[in-house]
Amino acid sequence: MSVLVWVEQTKSGPVASSWEVLGKGRQLADALGTQLVAAVIGGETAKTAEEATKYGADEVLTLTDGALADYRLSAYAAALTQAVGAAGATVVLAAGTTRGREVTAMVAAQLGAGLAPDAIDLKVDGGKLVAVRSVYSNNILADIVYSSAVQVASVRPRSFPMPEAGAAKGAVKAVAPNLGAVAEQIVEVRSTDTGEVSLTDASKIVSGGRGVAQDPAKGFALITELAGVLGAAVGASRAAVDAGYIPYKYQVGQTGKTVKPDLYIAAGISGAIQHLAGMGGSKVIVAINKDAEAPIFEKASYGIVGDLYEVVPALTTEFKKRIG
Amino acid sequence: MKVVVLIKQTPDTAELPKVSADDVRAGKVKATMVINPWDEYAAEEAIQLGDRFDFDSVAISMGSPEAVEALKHALAMGVGAAALVDNTALTGGDLFTTADALAAAIAAQGAVDLVLCGKQSVDDNGGAVYAGVAVKLGWPLVTGVTKIVDVANGRITVERLVEGGQEVLSVPLPAVVSVGKEINDPRYPSFMGIRKASKANIPATAAASLGVASGAGRTSWTNVRKPEERKSKVVMIDGASAQEKAAKLADALIAEKVI
Ligand SMILES: Cc1cc2nc3c(=O)[nH]c(=O)nc-3n(C[C@H](O)[C@H](O)[C@H](O)COP(=O)(O)OP(=O)(O)OC[C@H]3O[C@@H](n4cnc5c(N)ncnc54)[C@H](O)[C@@H]3O)c2cc1C
Repeated sequence: MSVLVWVEQTKSGPVASSWEVLGKGRQLADALGTQLVAAVIGGETAKTAEEATKYGADEVLTLTDGALADYRLSAYAAALTQAVGAAGATVVLAAGTTRGREVTAMVAAQLGAGLAPDAIDLKVDGGKLVAVRSVYSNNILADIVYSSAVQVASVRPRSFPMPEAGAAKGAVKAVAPNLGAVAEQIVEVRSTDTGEVSLTDASKIVSGGRGVAQDPAKGFALITELAGVLGAAVGASRAAVDAGYIPYKYQVGQTGKTVKPDLYIAAGISGAIQHLAGMGGSKVIVAINKDAEAPIFEKASYGIVGDLYEVVPALTTEFKKRIG
Repeated sequence: MKVVVLIKQTPDTAELPKVSADDVRAGKVKATMVINPWDEYAAEEAIQLGDRFDFDSVAISMGSPEAVEALKHALAMGVGAAALVDNTALTGGDLFTTADALAAAIAAQGAVDLVLCGKQSVDDNGGAVYAGVAVKLGWPLVTGVTKIVDVANGRITVERLVEGGQEVLSVPLPAVVSVGKEINDPRYPSFMGIRKASKANIPATAAASLGVASGAGRTSWTNVRKPEERKSKVVMIDGASAQEKAAKLADALIAEKVI
């Protein structure tokens, strides 16, 4: 028996939300009285594995292979399934990133295990895992209980605090990957990575909506500038995306990303149900809207009635004064 | 060649906040039911594959007999045929039970080259049924596809968004592909399409006759509840000028320690 956490890494290193899950995994392993094992998969794994030993893992399994240098679902699912066997894991967890969600789904399907996708909380009850899911687009909560021996969950980023790094303790053990034939052939990769903060990992987000319609380029430039001062990610409503003001990957909501920052600033966003579905879990919500009746004010912690073209740059100036 | 598009009937997204925990528990949600918005993209792509590569298309849904309405929407858009897996008598299932039933229904279609599906459903929000289908059928899975580049020589080549960029990927057919909303603009059903769909004969098969038994779920939902309402009442920041309001807000946010 053990709790296994897949520590996901991309070309730029380990994914931050993996550490959140590893931190929670420590608590679960203690509650279950079992070992916490981390799995690191990739073309190179040494650096991430070493880091994983500082976040409470009793053991770190590395699955290293040239065929794992680029992410391919079938290869990563095969590797993680192998790690589950090597660790004798009964609980298998990963951050609910795009990759984490599909890899855990494949692993659960392959192992005949139960799956809780995108869980927002995890606990132990009677020696079994219980995963809390937010369903109906964040309008219903349910506890997921497992009847299978192996229990798999992906975990929504920012559901758990980032653990403190401690002294390295777990041993690193290499497991030779047995991948078989990999179906996917990567024909071409076009990187558009600009090093910006990812929306789902962001602790602060500044979003713009159709309210920028008058001059969308200027509107999003002002929003981006405020985000820059705050170290925040930029987001958008669907109306702004559909109008072509900003690409889809910035969309927050029902058919965009679900986010959970400490601070969410909505500028020129009315607060439609489908937008709220994606950001209603934010700790502090600030609404800037020129219409005092906009529904976003009902969900907001702070509201400013005003023109975003004036309020957003004013905020940038005021924050610059206070936090440099 | 043949493409199966997987369709789910889900509540209208505008009515999701009204859905009660009791109704979810009972499995009978009172809401206007529509085709899952994400699945419209899959249906549209199936139709376009018909034009581009001469695919025949079939929409398959698992659900109650009322779910034929979602299938009719797909037919009205232009999907060629439809079939329902009736789950009325099925209890104690989970997402993998659904996947097993859908995989059996796909296999019953004869030679299928491609399965298309949406990103996730707006009620279960799982985005995992297609993984179960792919594993059950033993076919490769590609998710988040934003463009089908080509279907040739027994392979499908697609573009997809990946963290940090875009990639072009090729997998052998048959395969399971989930699509993202960048892939197309789903058409509205035409009047002619709606008339044709209303007369369509949609065969229904009980889940049990596809070899899927009740009580086979590996997970179940308990303690279904509404999330706590946000209790915070909004604090409106007043001031004579935008600058004054901004200054007050900046102070408040710093005091809240979110900056
Ligand atoms: C199936 C489905 C899925 C959907 N998914 C999503 C989703 O994922 N995300 C999403 O966001 N929406 C989604 N929507 C759309 C949603 O219903 C709304 O249409 C959308 O959120 C509205 O965006 P908005 O608030 O930017 O625009 P609007 O509703 O038009 O609001 C614009 C706001 O800006 C204010 N404003 C205008 N000018 C200014 C100014 N100069 N300064 C300050 N304020 C100003 C206005 O008062 C207004 O409140 C979905 C809808 C459907 C049917």
